[in-house]
Amino acid sequence: MTTPLLYALAGALLCGIGLFGLLWLRHLLRKLLAFNIMGSGVFLVMVGLPQHQSGPDPVPQALVLTGIVVAIAATALAVVLIRRYYHLSGMSSLEDEPSPRGDDPE
Amino acid sequence: MTLNTWIPVLALMTSLIASLVIFALPEKGYRLRTAVNLGAALLKLGLVVVMVWGVFRGVGYGVSFTMVPGVTFVLKADAFSMMFAGLSAVLWLLTTIYAVGYLEDSPNRSRFFGFFSLCVASTMGIALAGNLFTFFLFYEMLTLSTYPLVVHRGTEKALKAGRTYVIYTLTGGAVLLLAIAWLHGVVGDLPFREGGHFTGSDPDIHRSLTLIFILLVAGLGVKAAIFPLHGWLPQAMVAPAPVSALLHAVAVVKAGAFGIVRVVHDVYGVDASSALGLLEPLAWLAAFTIIYASVRALWQVDLKRRLAFSTVSQVSYIILGVSIFGPVAAVGGLVHLLHQGIMKITLFFCAGNYAETLGIHRIDEMDGAGRRMPGTSVAFTIGAFGMIGAPPLAGFITKWTMGSGALAVNMDWVVVVLVASSLLNAAYFLPVLYRLWFRKPAAHWPHERQWGRLETSAWLFWPPLLTAVMTVMVGVLASLPFSPLSWAELIVLREYSP
Amino acid sequence: MTLWLMAGLLFTPLAWAVLTLLMNFTWGRLVTWVGIVVQVLVSLGLWLAVSRDGGFYYGLGGWEAPLGIELRVDGLAVTFVLLTAVVASACGWHAGVYIDADKPWHRYFWPLFWFLWSGLNAVWLGGDLFNLYVGLELISLSAVGLVALGGKAGALRASIRYLLAALLGSLAYLLGVALIYGQFGTLSIAGVVFWLEEHPVPAGSSLALALMVTGLALKTALFPLHRWLPPAHGIAKSPVSALLSALVVKASFYIAARLWLELGEPLGNLAAAQLVGLLGSAAIVWGSWLACRQLELKQVVAYSSVAQIGYLFLLFPLTYSVSESVTLQAQQGITLQVISHALAKAAMFLAAGNLILSTGSSRVDALKGVSRFLPFSLFSFGLAGVSLMSLPPSGGFAAKWLLLQASLGSGQWWWVLVLLVGGLLSAAYVFRIYRASFLESSETDHFYHPPRSLEIIPMILALLSLGLGLVSAEVLSVMALPFEEEGSP
Repeated sequence: MTTPLLYALAGALLCGIGLFGLLWLRHLLRKLLAFNIMGSGVFLVMVGLPQHQSGPDPVPQALVLTGIVVAIAATALAVVLIRRYYHLSGMSSLEDEPSPRGDDPE
Repeated sequence: MTLNTWIPVLALMTSLIASLVIFALPEKGYRLRTAVNLGAALLKLGLVVVMVWGVFRGVGYGVSFTMVPGVTFVLKADAFSMMFAGLSAVLWLLTTIYAVGYLEDSPNRSRFFGFFSLCVASTMGIALAGNLFTFFLFYEMLTLSTYPLVVHRGTEKALKAGRTYVIYTLTGGAVLLLAIAWLHGVVGDLPFREGGHFTGSDPDIHRSLTLIFILLVAGLGVKAAIFPLHGWLPQAMVAPAPVSALLHAVAVVKAGAFGIVRVVHDVYGVDASSALGLLEPLAWLAAFTIIYASVRALWQVDLKRRLAFSTVSQVSYIILGVSIFGPVAAVGGLVHLLHQGIMKITLFFCAGNYAETLGIHRIDEMDGAGRRMPGTSVAFTIGAFGMIGAPPLAGFITKWTMGSGALAVNMDWVVVVLVASSLLNAAYFLPVLYRLWFRKPAAHWPHERQWGRLETSAWLFWPPLLTAVMTVMVGVLASLPFSPLSWAELIVLREYSP
Repeated sequence: MTLWLMAGLLFTPLAWAVLTLLMNFTWGRLVTWVGIVVQVLVSLGLWLAVSRDGGFYYGLGGWEAPLGIELRVDGLAVTFVLLTAVVASACGWHAGVYIDADKPWHRYFWPLFWFLWSGLNAVWLGGDLFNLYVGLELISLSAVGLVALGGKAGALRASIRYLLAALLGSLAYLLGVALIYGQFGTLSIAGVVFWLEEHPVPAGSSLALALMVTGLALKTALFPLHRWLPPAHGIAKSPVSALLSALVVKASFYIAARLWLELGEPLGNLAAAQLVGLLGSAAIVWGSWLACRQLELKQVVAYSSVAQIGYLFLLFPLTYSVSESVTLQAQQGITLQVISHALAKAAMFLAAGNLILSTGSSRVDALKGVSRFLPFSLFSFGLAGVSLMSLPPSGGFAAKWLLLQASLGSGQWWWVLVLLVGGLLSAAYVFRIYRASFLESSETDHFYHPPRSLEIIPMILALLSLGLGLVSAEVLSVMALPFEEEGSP
């Protein structure tokens, strides 16, 4: 097994774990962490898989930097929303119906 | 771009723009609305008269452009389209006058007249459409614009009828769209042409052509109320009388019948339709509808429902006429498009007058109404005799021409159908007339209103009388040029010897 | 000239986003309205330029791919840029009047609105897979923010759900991008196509395409991945719902369509194409059915989006191993469907917002008897409904006609049935609203007429979608071969 393939497989494994967490876990913060794990897995595949004859390909490294910025922005937004949701409804998961107060559209 | 390109567009636009203006007018703008309505109707009538004269002399009116890649939008005036356009222009004027009186003091008049004009615009578009695609455009527009009229009263019953109407017509529209799209896929964009396109066509596509024809007739048959697709029509009777008049005499059922004639004459061509063996089953279906609906009409106690079944029966005359392979019968079918329109609108106007003036809806309430409302009742009587086919009224001309046409091509059974239908017509109209004229009136009318000197409001009084006079005139003067009969002969002449 | 136009197009939204971030709602509105004028003019200018001189490639700031950002400016892209300008400016204008200026958090509407717009432009013009990802994320994050602006727990709940779905979709897409780069060493679709001409298809590359399309389908809310859409679109403020339904879901579909049209033949297979079409059909049926059963007006409209999105995915089976002319018809039909749905749905959401404002209730049965007041918005709603039912002469009808021709032409007659049944089902929910409004009831005696400007905007959009059918040949000719093959820069 070559090193790049090892990276890619590890990345795929992380993706799988993240996906499982995202779908299975109930608590919103856990879901968010699962998303981050999954994101790391994708980045790993991205930098690991493409290899030049002379060594690692620099382009994906640059791309992953951008990807990390995007992931941070998304995480920040999610944290804000989850926190606000917790304050308003007292709940930390989406499964149960929210309490009646404050749930009217418009 | 000459004036001739623009006249059909203008004829279409008059009612379209009238409709938009009416929507924009406030509910209280009664006089202005009436003025806009009548002005537009008169203008349209004028434009149609110009086109009729032009078409007679062989002037081509038309406009076309590519709408969707591969398909053109075509407006074109030919002899047949002018027949329908003329009918709708004349009857729009009369129905508008009638509706102004009928809806006096009722709510939602802006909405009503707006959609009413839109409906007439669609009818005009159907008449002037130059290919099936354009026809379909206006055909669906007609469905949409009549829905608000059917549910106008806003009662549960009206909404239920509207629902039935929409389910029937939209499903029919979907089938029609399938047929048109399929036909387009097989042979491309076909303009309507006298004599049709498929004489001596490639035998490989005959199977598809047969299937497409069946789909076309099924789609159009919903509006033409061919058995078993007629169920929406009697229900739609909850609409106000001007709407019933419009639905039955001018717009909706005629649009279906008009479409079937277009398909047989100007898309397939009578020769090709006959060669494909499509006309004979259609004739049987139409004949069955004629008899079946007449029998059903016998049992209706509600006057408008009886008239509705009568419509179902009468519209199939048109279809029977074109599906007999012979020019004389075709003339009979086509002329009935006009004749039935004039007669049926008379009857519906009268039914509306009875309802509005005396509160009469059921036939057993009509005892002695003839003495209370002689004018209306005379008109009703003329209309009814016309339907039965008494000479020299409009209906007689139809039946005579059609019968002799059928005999000329050895389809004797058609005469049997015509006679049976006439007997049935008599059986469901004569008792009504007997009640009108010879029974003693009940002590009280269900809901009577007084209108000064005339027996009813002047707006309501004159339109039925006028159409009754027309019923007599088109019969008596049938042999003059520009009578419906002569015009139908012109159409058929162009169809059978293109 | 085009240089300036491109700069204006890309720079304005970002600059305005930052600018409005520093202001309160009222100032933000003023500045935004100025920005809208600039954007519309620039979009129109670019559209005219491309329709006259044809498309071109544009390297942002002189940097070339793969590190720089390269934009593909062709007929289809500028048409969508223009569509975005029309819909977004309508929504921006409407929002300025509609949204309550007193709530402090509402001032964030403007920056989010501008970020969304810039993300959309980035996606329409984007030339390589990674930049499309960045554009997509920009769109998703600002859209989620806009949904959350409602401020109530329900809105936050919907927005979190939306965010999680969107993030999952993006990651699936990004994983596909990573695999593509790993296998082909390029990020441009053209590069992949070029590579495939020289080499045999490597094993497992279908997986990359499948991952990307699945992720994008999740973001587009294709059945059965549609569950996040109705709450988010239904609960957001009407101008936001309009933006989301009209434009945001189209962005991810646009990418999926481009991927499929370029890479579908080599990397896809017949079963996958048919499966996607089948899911689209299921979306049409299921979405319409649920739309019929909703009690709240905006939920009806939201579920209608689920159904209408289903039509878009018929592109997949109708362009896989069929003749050239059928592919063209399918592409044109789908393009028209995207445009007409965008216009009609925006009109519908804005009109629904007005009706809710007028009747004071968000329920369908609150419409009882309102047609007596001749509400302008009801009329706009009805006209937009005509397009959704794909009845003539709307753009929806033209789209349906082309799709019917494509289905018949390729012998895939089952999509014909789907198209016809779908039209009838959409009629069922549209007529349900009409019906409710025609019902006479003596109880409704009050009706608040919203400001004129609120009522005119949906009317304009509805008329545009209705009239689109009449000019569809012209509109399509500007795109001259939409999804044109990517010549190398």
